[in-house]
Amino acid sequence: MEEFRFHGRGGQGTVLASITLAKAFFEAGYWVQTFPVFGSERRGAPVEAYLRLDKSKIYIRSQVYTPDHVVVQDAELLRLMDVTRGLKKGGWILLNAPSLPDQLQQFDGFRIACIDASRIALELGLGSRTQPITNTSMMGAFSRVFDKPSLEHIASAIAAEMPAKIAENVAASRAAYDRAMIYGMVSGASVFHPSSSPMEEGQDA
Amino acid sequence: MMKVLEGSQAVAEAVRLARVKVVSAYPITPQTHIVEELARYCAEGSLDGRFICVESEHSAMASVIGSAAGGVRSFTASSSHGLAYMHEMLHWAAGARLPIVMVDVNRALGPGWNLWMDQSDSLSQRDTGWMQFYCADGQEALDTTLQAFRLAEMVHLPAMVNLDAFFLSHTYEPVEVPDAQTVDAFLPPYEPPFKMDQGHPLGLCGVAPPGVYMEMRRNMQMAMDSVPDLLDQIEDDFFIRFGRRYGSLETYRCADADVVVVTTGTASGTARVAVDQLREQGEKAGLLRLRLFRPFPSRAVRQALEKIEKAAVLDRNCSFGSGGIFANELKAALHGKGGTAVYSYISGLGGRDITVDLIKELYTKTRDADRPDSESVWLGLKEELMLR
Repeated sequence: MEEFRFHGRGGQGTVLASITLAKAFFEAGYWVQTFPVFGSERRGAPVEAYLRLDKSKIYIRSQVYTPDHVVVQDAELLRLMDVTRGLKKGGWILLNAPSLPDQLQQFDGFRIACIDASRIALELGLGSRTQPITNTSMMGAFSRVFDKPSLEHIASAIAAEMPAKIAENVAASRAAYDRAMIYGMVSGASVFHPSSSPMEEGQDA
Repeated sequence: MMKVLEGSQAVAEAVRLARVKVVSAYPITPQTHIVEELARYCAEGSLDGRFICVESEHSAMASVIGSAAGGVRSFTASSSHGLAYMHEMLHWAAGARLPIVMVDVNRALGPGWNLWMDQSDSLSQRDTGWMQFYCADGQEALDTTLQAFRLAEMVHLPAMVNLDAFFLSHTYEPVEVPDAQTVDAFLPPYEPPFKMDQGHPLGLCGVAPPGVYMEMRRNMQMAMDSVPDLLDQIEDDFFIRFGRRYGSLETYRCADADVVVVTTGTASGTARVAVDQLREQGEKAGLLRLRLFRPFPSRAVRQALEKIEKAAVLDRNCSFGSGGIFANELKAALHGKGGTAVYSYISGLGGRDITVDLIKELYTKTRDADRPDSESVWLGLKEELMLR
């Protein structure tokens, strides 16, 4: 079983990203389970969602404490919380950021990938300058980092799930797949350079 | 067709498949997604029913009492304070012998204000004459809602189907949604034995003086007594059509178990994982999940625990001044049968998580104990928050 944790803010579509990815994975033949951190939903407040994947039925129902990987949809959250809480060593941190964050040593022992999802959202007219809707871009970058689910499964899940701008959202996922920067393992305060193909650095690490 | 659905959506699908004619509800977290879906179905016409908006839960139950008395299949859903506010009407629905189905999303009562998983709400309604089911996953939520209509219409008692707040109501997972034709064959249109009808006037729910009231209550008890056998029959038919059955309780790896962990709802899935891990370590752990609470399946419990030395009950509720409610029910069912010692544990109140480690702790404490404490043992308390 693999466990993912998604960090974002209320209104950014973080929970919807987790649900849409779950549906894409289900179409790809996985058993899935996804749920938000349980609370009152408030726009702008930090939110978390979890996604579990397995090849057979998932029985466990407790919250996710030691995720294999995390997805951070809002880099500002790095200043508010430790997104590596419970994260397994060697796990990926997929970050919505134009470039590597400062103070890289906080991610020592984890692998890092970045995608400028806010820029892609703006280019495609998803959301506004102050509130870009970045979830479908994050899904495309997710597909690149983990080599699953396929862009085709993501596109059909977006078509089924998103309330509007389906073509733009599918385009965002494809653009993010192409533009994701896969750095790989952080060692001390340094990291490898972006690789040109998915998982290359990850497999070495 | 297999779909990834939220627990709340699985319930809404079942209500649509049951061709319910009247839904009346007042929204409350965490039940809201159920009634939002049903309001949408009624608005778009995919459910040929009427959604009655009301100003309170008391009126929601009163509305479905009216529609059920009028002879049509009726549904509502609530949670926590909403269910508490319905209390008077719950007695009315059961006493009038109306086959209303309600989903309750189990949530704590305040104060302190709390939106999360806790069984205090439904268990506070224990003696209202409603059947009560507790579901472990989204599939079971859908299936139990369908079964509840058929059962309620056979025994003329209302049924409450309980879902754990968030752990089930807000969790997405694959659920098989049956096709409408197969459901129609399993659950034909409701044919009431009597109904409010202007063409054939009759009086319902009139005065019942001492000369008849007691027999009416005895009839309700007899109807409850008939439920376990009828549920078996209904599940035989359900299994043939849909390939799934649950029983009034489920056992897992109990045959040679030294300690059987007893759970309800979604904690059961987590407990199953804990039992597997304990077995890998050479421990003889088993699991009993109670699905039916009213009527309490005493006979099935006695059979399941016949050769079991220790049962460790996990209650996500507390009857203040007594203890864990499921543990007490289990003790009553086993009274005079010797063998099984019942260990009572309380945890997971107000949405506190039940983890694999907590189940293992419960197992180990029970395994190592000579005899049960006289009071329920609380697990997972925070030392720094406790009174000394």
